[in-house]
Amino acid sequence: QDTQEKDRAIPPERAEEAKLKAKYPNLGQRPGGSDFLMKRLQKGQKYFDSGDYNMAKAKMKNKQLPSAGPDKNLVTGDHIPTPQDLPQRKSSLVTSKLAG
Amino acid sequence: FLGAGGGNDIQWCFSQVKGAVDDDVAEADIISTVEFNHSGELLATGDKGGRVVIFQQEQENKTQSHSRGEYNVYSTFQSHEPEFDYLKSLEIEEKINKIRWLPQKNAAQFLLSTNDKTIKLWKISERDKRPEGYNLKEEDGRYRDPTTVTTLRVPVFRPMDLMVEASPRRIFANAHTYHINSISINSDYETYLSADDLRINLWHLEITDRSFNIVDIKPANMEELTEVITAAEFHPNSCSTFVYSSSKGTIRLCDMRASALCDRHSKLFEEPEDPSNRSFFSEIISSISDVKFSHSGRYMMTRDYLSVKIWDLNMENRPVETYQVHEYLRSKLCSLYENDCIFDKFECCWSGSDSIVMTGSYNNFFRMFDRNTKRDITLEASRENNKPRTVLKPRKVCASGKRKKDEISVDSLDFNKKILHTAWHPKENIIAVATTNNLYIFQDKMN
Repeated sequence: QDTQEKDRAIPPERAEEAKLKAKYPNLGQRPGGSDFLMKRLQKGQKYFDSGDYNMAKAKMKNKQLPSAGPDKNLVTGDHIPTPQDLPQRKSSLVTSKLAG
Repeated sequence: FLGAGGGNDIQWCFSQVKGAVDDDVAEADIISTVEFNHSGELLATGDKGGRVVIFQQEQENKTQSHSRGEYNVYSTFQSHEPEFDYLKSLEIEEKINKIRWLPQKNAAQFLLSTNDKTIKLWKISERDKRPEGYNLKEEDGRYRDPTTVTTLRVPVFRPMDLMVEASPRRIFANAHTYHINSISINSDYETYLSADDLRINLWHLEITDRSFNIVDIKPANMEELTEVITAAEFHPNSCSTFVYSSSKGTIRLCDMRASALCDRHSKLFEEPEDPSNRSFFSEIISSISDVKFSHSGRYMMTRDYLSVKIWDLNMENRPVETYQVHEYLRSKLCSLYENDCIFDKFECCWSGSDSIVMTGSYNNFFRMFDRNTKRDITLEASRENNKPRTVLKPRKVCASGKRKKDEISVDSLDFNKKILHTAWHPKENIIAVATTNNLYIFQDKMN
């Protein structure tokens, strides 16, 4: 690698960091670390409130509920999930293509 | 670089490629692990769909001396299924994170496969004969009317077409709150460890309802969480020694004889960081994605985002060798962070003799470093290099400035084509390289 370039200019990592901070000024105060770790530990978490779900099911009998907005994958917060919204989890019954 | 031309350099040739040709990759087909067994005769792959495919090397044909046996499908089975933990509202992927083979003790083969939560011991056995001539049953299995039986005969075994059956013999479940990233079989061949983000457990292969916790780095207050376990492995010879790596770039070696809970390490391997170089990305790119002991047990290798490091177990304060995998990415970290590639977990592996190490990169490139000659080479896993026994052409990435002919510029690299999983045959110069959904096998050109 071209070490002369490194000595003259800002280290590439710092330059990249500056770019990132310019794009996202509110990026976490802590460098790297905890935010990513928490996200990693939370992997697979699906948010579902059975109370909300059953209320919605009861209401649906009487009137139309607002259907899922543009982000169909968001099953948390204001949106009441319905069975149609939850992604289907099916096992792969098809043989792997590596074996084909 | 290692290259065309004589001496002792290996000349890599394309041998085989497995998998679909089409570009539209189904998620289930994404290969998530590749592992040779102890003899190298079997090669296992696991995928995101929870399936395991095992290939077997053909017996060497004495007349075909110009190439070693090909790998053909031996067995395939569904190892894990998707699950939903209703109590925790947690979706559990069926993706196979790791496969580890047990050494062969009898006619059957055994392997451990794991997803995020459950480890399974699979027995793969061959059936090449079946009993025929029962007295009370017809050949198709229907029972005969006993009153029609007038003579007795002794059933005999007759040859049949080879059938390979996989059956789950043990299911090791409910021991991990977090996601399992590693499994490693002890050199005692009786126990094994499983590691998740915060804990490591020790199991006995015969016992499924109990496991011992040997490492726990979960802080009392989760707000204080600063690092997670990224990989763990048992020492190849010393049955009480294991290592685990962290997201902060450290490796801890632990001795199970010291105490029941190995929270205090015996050795801590860490390279001091130059504080003037510290940036937002420093910790992320220092996170170790894989740790592997050398076959000799004297060294261990770690893979972080940009490099491969070799550590001498006798020296904790710095690695003895460092190899740059794709240093040109250092000036692309901002975009690699934005597209999440900076979190890609590359694995690494040793050659059988420990003299060469290999790891993957982007654009379906993979890299090899010869520890003796200090030369390195970049090769590509691509269907365009399809001719068997034709030596693979080395690739070169142009970091900046004028791009020479046959070089590829950093901005042209395809970051969706990543080689995360590679494996090296334990005895021969045969390597298995997994692209997103294809498995490539390359061999040393034989004379």
